[in-house]
Amino acid sequence: MQNGMFLLVSAVVAVAVFFGARLVNNDYVFFAGYTVLQFIVLATAWNILGGYTGYVNFGSAAFFAMGAYATVFFHKLHPLPIPVLILIGGVVSGVVGLGMGYLTLRLRGAFFAIATLALAVVLATFVVNWDYVGGSRGAYIIRPNEIAPIGPYIQYLFLLMLSLVVLALACARGIERSQLGYGFATIRDDELAAEASGVPTLRLKLVATTLSGALMGMAGAPFPYYIGYLQPSSAFGLEYAVNSIAMPMIGGTTSWVGPLIGAVLLGSLQQIATVTISSAVNLLIVGLLLVGFVIIAPNGIVGLVQDRLRRREK
Amino acid sequence: MPLLEVTRLSKRFGGFVALDEINLAVAEGERVGLIGPNGSGKSTLVNCICGTLVNETGMVRFAGEKIDGLLTHERTRRGLARSFQLPRPFATLTVADNLRVPLLYTVNARRSPALKPFELDARCAELLTLVGLSAKGAKLPRDLTQVEMRKLELARAMAAEPKLLIADEAMAGLSQSEVDDIVGLLIRLNEGGITIILIEHIMRAVMRFSQRLVVLVSGRKIADGQPDQVIRDPAVERAYLGQ
Amino acid sequence: MGLSFDLLINAVVAGILLGGFYTAVTIGVSISFGILDIVNIAHPAFIILGSYIAYIVNQTFGIDPILTSIVMMPVFYLLGAGVYQIYYEAFEKRGQESLRGLSFFFGLLFVTEVILILVFGVDYRYVEAWYIGPSWHLGVIDLPLRMLVPCLVALALFGALQLFLSQTFIGRAISAVAQDQLALRLMAASPTRIKRIAFGISIATTAVAGALLIIIQPVEPSVGREYIGRVFAICVLGGLGSLPGTVIGAMLLGIVESFTSTFYGPSWAPAVAFGVLLLTLAFRPAGLLGR
Repeated sequence: MQNGMFLLVSAVVAVAVFFGARLVNNDYVFFAGYTVLQFIVLATAWNILGGYTGYVNFGSAAFFAMGAYATVFFHKLHPLPIPVLILIGGVVSGVVGLGMGYLTLRLRGAFFAIATLALAVVLATFVVNWDYVGGSRGAYIIRPNEIAPIGPYIQYLFLLMLSLVVLALACARGIERSQLGYGFATIRDDELAAEASGVPTLRLKLVATTLSGALMGMAGAPFPYYIGYLQPSSAFGLEYAVNSIAMPMIGGTTSWVGPLIGAVLLGSLQQIATVTISSAVNLLIVGLLLVGFVIIAPNGIVGLVQDRLRRREK
Repeated sequence: MPLLEVTRLSKRFGGFVALDEINLAVAEGERVGLIGPNGSGKSTLVNCICGTLVNETGMVRFAGEKIDGLLTHERTRRGLARSFQLPRPFATLTVADNLRVPLLYTVNARRSPALKPFELDARCAELLTLVGLSAKGAKLPRDLTQVEMRKLELARAMAAEPKLLIADEAMAGLSQSEVDDIVGLLIRLNEGGITIILIEHIMRAVMRFSQRLVVLVSGRKIADGQPDQVIRDPAVERAYLGQ
Repeated sequence: MGLSFDLLINAVVAGILLGGFYTAVTIGVSISFGILDIVNIAHPAFIILGSYIAYIVNQTFGIDPILTSIVMMPVFYLLGAGVYQIYYEAFEKRGQESLRGLSFFFGLLFVTEVILILVFGVDYRYVEAWYIGPSWHLGVIDLPLRMLVPCLVALALFGALQLFLSQTFIGRAISAVAQDQLALRLMAASPTRIKRIAFGISIATTAVAGALLIIIQPVEPSVGREYIGRVFAICVLGGLGSLPGTVIGAMLLGIVESFTSTFYGPSWAPAVAFGVLLLTLAFRPAGLLGR
């Protein structure tokens, strides 16, 4: 299926999901669904750098939070419509991704991973000390109750996140099938051989980091409006880092479908667990699943399905 | 003007001198054999020429241009290709796609208009046939035998359409007839215009292939000339005593 | 900013004492990352585990934390050997260390933290010992014993390890395993076994580091994460694989952090280590003493 066709089909599916959700007539669906959709974007974004290129990013929270804090900044300065804020979040996080990549991507993958952790903490410390966006006390964002012609504001946010999901999935899928996808795969498989074959590895890694960061920033931009009260501990929370790694690893890192499956499964599981048990236990489950899958099923659910199909062929 | 000119190239690893003031000139169209005992620095030399390692002193010129500051992929795009001593295939790509990568990133980067998808497919198929892997195009590298992996390694270097190809021990583990096949293939490539440096331990192959023979021992070049003369050089014999 | 001499020299001394402690925290990573090339970012999780064990024993039996940690070292050694075995079977053998290995350790770090939260909650825990509280005074210099004792224990630990690595057969085999696995095999030593021993030792050090940590400061489960940056910053700063380099890196970082804390306030402290790490990676990745 060509890229344009996929975009069309997924847009149709997205619209169907939206109207399906409206039929349920319960705002909780939108609140919970927003979180799952957000995770789809984060997982897909992470996978572009982690799964396709092989560079692990532990600082997803930083890119996400920067999108959120860019929104807070502009909200205090001069409120802007959310789609614009999404673009700004994307640019801010994209630029930071580019900068950090430039500093660390010439080193081994392990150093890059550690550097991403470092980045998350450094940025969190800056934000905690920056009073204009609330510092450690946090910032209140008052969102309107309704927005015409959609209705409840949460549905508007839900719709925006749906569009980001379509964008992220189309992006990931488009890359997979393009020359860029080959380039990323060679970097993951053997960077030295990739260079010897003419692949400009540094340039491609920077593309991956920038794109991945930008998508995460875009996912973070509407977050303050969703949550109403933004604190550094929630924006920079470790659950974003763990989930954006666990969801693609469990779903499967070699294809755009993996993060989608992982995010839907794990995201829903967590929503249920948080409500029924506790949020700490639900994080424990995610962590254990991550460790388990990484050891036993390194290619994730997609990998398991592919193995089953291949065995049936024989 | 030589195609490749290495001048006073030295490389150290901490206190260990891997290469000591190597001078080497390779003319266009030549077939050069590079031999030496294990650990003499042959692969290190290749790595320095290709940019995988950075040499401390000395200079490398390719087609008249000083390439010392260039990244490996930039050198590949200028026509300098190498195969790795231990095959390094792209494990998650099919055998055919392994060949597609240099076509996309080196050949297409050099020419316009770029090769179209069906042309790319055709070239991949051609290269696979050339090395005898046409039945394995859709397989993954892990399904190949050691010998087939070496052929893939060579084919991938050839896919970059180089002016100079450095083949680093491409024939280890091959049977005699396979060795002859590869030597024949390399000679044909050379007759088609590609300059080749062959690094090998299999003396039969080296002697048959080389128009010129260079010997490296403990990081120093101890001989450089006509193969049959170099072989009889007492210094070379001493280096290979017991080999 | 009135730069009084007293303040300055105390900041330096505090930095050195802190640096001594940081040595204990980092010495295990110097082995696992510097020598074995394993990126164990769960190292701080083991340290926190050590802290909580010291806390329980101290609360229940009143036993000195350092004593507890020495008794716990063999237990942690076995734990480390076990973790390495899993790591080896699942990742190293298959050649997939980078992405999956990192995720594995990250998962371990995360799971440990969450389990600790579930068992102990997020309150700060601390221990009691005779040297927590009193301070010696050397002229204008303050030497709080709760910093001095850990510093001395840490340096003793470093000394012991350095001796072990340079004088014993296994120790030298460990130093060699990074460079020449073939030579090791020829000496009839299995590289895997050597690596397992080394990793076990690296985790054994966390038992001690954990006890020292809870002496120096109250501990709660997320404290471990702050130390990831410090640990790797020190390793990189000091040059990978060099144990003496670790001490120097630790001292340097200790002093820089101490100055930042004294003159700019403690809320900037977490950023210091990570900032140093980023800068070092960007400009001098081989470290100050690097090879």
